[in-house]
Amino acid sequence: MNLIYDPWAWYVGGPLIALVLFLLLFAGKQFGMSSNLRTACAAVGAEKVADYFKYDWKSKRWNLMVVLGAAIGGFIASYYMSNSTVEINPEVAQQLAADYNITSAGEQYLPSEIFSLDALGEPFTIFILLLGGILVGFGARYAGGCTSGHGISGLSNLQLPSLIAVIGFFIGGLVMVHLLYPLIFG
Amino acid sequence: MRYVTYLFIGILFGIIMYKSEAASWFRIYEMFQFGAFHMYGLMGSAVLLGIVGVKIIKKKNIEPIDGDEMSLEPKNKSVTRYLVGGIVFGLGWALAGVCPGPMYVLAGAGYISIFVVLCGALIGTLIYGVLRKKLPH
Repeated sequence: MNLIYDPWAWYVGGPLIALVLFLLLFAGKQFGMSSNLRTACAAVGAEKVADYFKYDWKSKRWNLMVVLGAAIGGFIASYYMSNSTVEINPEVAQQLAADYNITSAGEQYLPSEIFSLDALGEPFTIFILLLGGILVGFGARYAGGCTSGHGISGLSNLQLPSLIAVIGFFIGGLVMVHLLYPLIFG
Repeated sequence: MRYVTYLFIGILFGIIMYKSEAASWFRIYEMFQFGAFHMYGLMGSAVLLGIVGVKIIKKKNIEPIDGDEMSLEPKNKSVTRYLVGGIVFGLGWALAGVCPGPMYVLAGAGYISIFVVLCGALIGTLIYGVLRKKLPH
């Protein structure tokens, strides 16, 4: 197995995610990737439309550095450490092709049917991506955290609110994939 | 110097997200189809190690390198905001196939479409900010 080039198994990735959590704790911060959305809104003057953005966002600039780092990490990993294909369960891949005509599993990192530049020419694709983003942004701020803030940080600290939020994440995700996908993509 | 530390941690996070495939739409879809253990193992092992580590930090009163308190304050008690907010987040997570961290990772990896999702996330944050006082928390 080539550790640099092959995809990392869960037992490699999971402990490394925990390592990031502890590195941030030792740097005096909490692991969470969605609070920067508030910081970004505040930085471009959103306090004019809501008090929620009237706070000392400059004290949260470290957040934007983590995000910039994440983008650089994505660049390094995709260009120098990966062939950017993802193998999933063949049955799920087959079902994706049969139900939604998404046939790029095993060949791409993201489905080209949704994320290629060609697909972006379709208003439907833009609508899906934009709506998905709006739900993620709104939900993350309403719930006070996302998969990293609640799912990793909060659960590691045995926070009941985080468990409730994570249960919510899964209810929403299951409803979307099992009930709404057939209506949206079918 | 401090900012370089955060940048470095971010780079590490980005590489981990990409290489462990947590940033892949396919893995998110597969997770919600219960098609593989991958995502559950990824999050489960991170949380298990996290719980053990946080316990040790609290027991031994370990402090961050700059001497402040560890950022482990308890969260506010509520059910509505976490459950409803969580469900809305989950709907978006499955629809776009990305959560907030991987958005930036994929932007760096060169996926132009992710900027549409990112724009949406900022709009969603803005909407929350405007509606905040009218929402049950």
